[in-house]
Amino acid sequence: MILGVSIYEILSLTTILFFIGIYGFVTRKNLISVLMSIELILNATVINFVVINKYMFPDKLEGAVFGIFIIAVAAAETALAIAIIINLYRQITSVEVEDTTTLKY
Amino acid sequence: MNFSYTILIPLIPFVVFLLLGLNHRRIKPAVSGYIGVLGLLASALLSYFTAYKYFFTVPKLEGVYQQITHKTVWMNFTDTLQIDMGVLIDPISVMMLVVVSTISLVVHIYSRGYMKGDPGYTKFFAFLALFTFSMLGLVLATNLFQIYIFWELVGVSSFLLIGYYYTKPAAIIAAKKAFIVTRFADLFFLIGIITIGFYTGTFDFETLNNPAGEVITNWASTSFMGLSVLTWALILIFIGGAGKSAMFPLHIWLPDAMEGPTPVSALIHAATMVVAGVYLVARLFPMYYFIEDGFALNIVAYVGGFSSLFAAIIAITQHDIKRVLAFSTMSQIGYMMMALGVSGYDGHEGVGYMASMFHLFTHAMFKALLFLGAGSVIHAVHSNMMGDMGNLKKYMPITNITFLIAAFAIAGVPPFAGFWSKDEILVAAFEHSKVLYGVGLFVAGLTAFYMFRLYFSIFHGKKTNYEHTPHESPASMTFPLLFLAVMSIVAGFIPFSEYVTANKVPFEAHLNYPLAAIAVITGLIGIILAYVFYKNPTEYPAKCRKAFGSFYKWAYAKFYWDEIYFFITRKIIFNCISQPIAWFDKNVVDAFMEGIGSGTIQVSEKTKKIQSGRFQDYAMAFVGGAVVIAIVLIYIFKN
Repeated sequence: MILGVSIYEILSLTTILFFIGIYGFVTRKNLISVLMSIELILNATVINFVVINKYMFPDKLEGAVFGIFIIAVAAAETALAIAIIINLYRQITSVEVEDTTTLKY
Repeated sequence: MNFSYTILIPLIPFVVFLLLGLNHRRIKPAVSGYIGVLGLLASALLSYFTAYKYFFTVPKLEGVYQQITHKTVWMNFTDTLQIDMGVLIDPISVMMLVVVSTISLVVHIYSRGYMKGDPGYTKFFAFLALFTFSMLGLVLATNLFQIYIFWELVGVSSFLLIGYYYTKPAAIIAAKKAFIVTRFADLFFLIGIITIGFYTGTFDFETLNNPAGEVITNWASTSFMGLSVLTWALILIFIGGAGKSAMFPLHIWLPDAMEGPTPVSALIHAATMVVAGVYLVARLFPMYYFIEDGFALNIVAYVGGFSSLFAAIIAITQHDIKRVLAFSTMSQIGYMMMALGVSGYDGHEGVGYMASMFHLFTHAMFKALLFLGAGSVIHAVHSNMMGDMGNLKKYMPITNITFLIAAFAIAGVPPFAGFWSKDEILVAAFEHSKVLYGVGLFVAGLTAFYMFRLYFSIFHGKKTNYEHTPHESPASMTFPLLFLAVMSIVAGFIPFSEYVTANKVPFEAHLNYPLAAIAVITGLIGIILAYVFYKNPTEYPAKCRKAFGSFYKWAYAKFYWDEIYFFITRKIIFNCISQPIAWFDKNVVDAFMEGIGSGTIQVSEKTKKIQSGRFQDYAMAFVGGAVVIAIVLIYIFKN
């Protein structure tokens, strides 16, 4: 509970953050930038967890615990994604989205 | 009386078939021959035991041989119409058991010598066992449907065995021809069975054949085109029987079936399978006799009489020894059919039925002997043609003697087996119709003539220079010949009228001396003519050929029946029926199905671009979809 700040303001912030992430995910041409956009999306959700926990059920801790849990999973996932991108670079010497269309049809 | 063990008689050959058929690469030829012979020996001994038990230990019910059945329900259609599986023991089935298992055993023993060194030796014995199983099953069938199942099995094993030399094109064509012609006839058989099932509500022989039963007394209840439906059904069933028994005009497959190995010809195409049609008519004899006052039975008589004459004339002109025997078989089966056709039901009137079964029995013995003897000759000379043979009596004494006995038997010379049965047939024909008697007598003369033409051409006649000196066959082949020769002599002395009669009541049969004398004289005239013509090379055959002119040519070409069939099938059926159907199939049915296929392909070609492979497009679609769903849900749950 932050004095003088209502839940709507914080939820607005996370929504904006989320859609910035989506926008980046869809429009970036570089796979690293796409990965960064995913991080933005994840962070927006983590903030949502924590804030809703704090504002609606102040005497519980599940939201915060889940936030930490998601951060851990996101770290692992980022490591995996980086590994994939490095392997991809070895194969096609590029990290551009436009060049990774071999899985079509 | 418990006869349920008789189920073993067909089952033993079936087990042998499975054993040899499944392991035919693993079992050595020497072993497989013994397995086949031993299996059949067991079946044959069981059959003899059954015959002894049935005829001598089962008490007769007021002088009538009982009909004993053991069966279980196999398929249940309605309350009354059901298909059973089981065994039926009555005089004719017991007699057929003895015939089939004896001939099959003899042929198995013979095949061990004849097929020696053949690459498919084990397979051959497996097929023989399959055939024996089917034939014994057919004999024991308790109802029309069971008999039909085994009927088709017999057809299949006949197909396999005719086409046994599957690298020879002629054998493949012959196998196909035999299968298609008999299958065509079986179609009518099936329609007949279904008609009977529909109108009488039963397939069971016991119910159908009861002379006082509902089926026979109510035959007039439904009629179709002026005849009772049951008469139609019986005629259709007879067509099925005629196909299997090579009756005119469905006989064309039998001569070609001689492409199979000779023991097969002896077993299937002389002694057992081809008499299945006779057995079928005999099995349904009370129906044939009582329904519509024997209208269908008259057809049987005339078809049989005509076939016997037709085949005997062709047999005189043929040069391939197995073909002569094939036409002779057809002629003799015609005889049996004719005998059934002229038979009455009660007491001595049923002499035709008895004679037919008697002739079936004796014919099986001497015709198998003739075929096995021919096989022995072919084995020695490596040719089927009469022209390549001559004077073989010097080289093959046992074959010579046994063949001579068989020829005497078929020519109807007393005291050999054929005389007794043929005499009874002629007596029956004489009492029924003078025309059929005349045909029968003429055929008896022709039979004696062509059979001794065959005998003299093979064993006497011109000296031929053989490339390899012919030699007598091994003991495994001569033993069956000797056994069957003994049977051909003694089989005629069995008092058949004591055992097998139309109404199952034994009667006393007497030799009709005047008729017997006429028949014997006719036969002797045939033999003497053959002696004069063929004992030594003479001018007479050529002169006769000239005298008969075009008639000889027709007979030599088997009256062009093969050509007629080809004309009907190739020119008429192919062009007028098959080709329009093929066009419809190609241009309508296939085109429709292919249209569905190519339409799907075109649609997918157009739409596959959606799958661009760029994950951002997918993400866009996903997010867009999520947003749309979110908006919709919010809009719905606003209140």
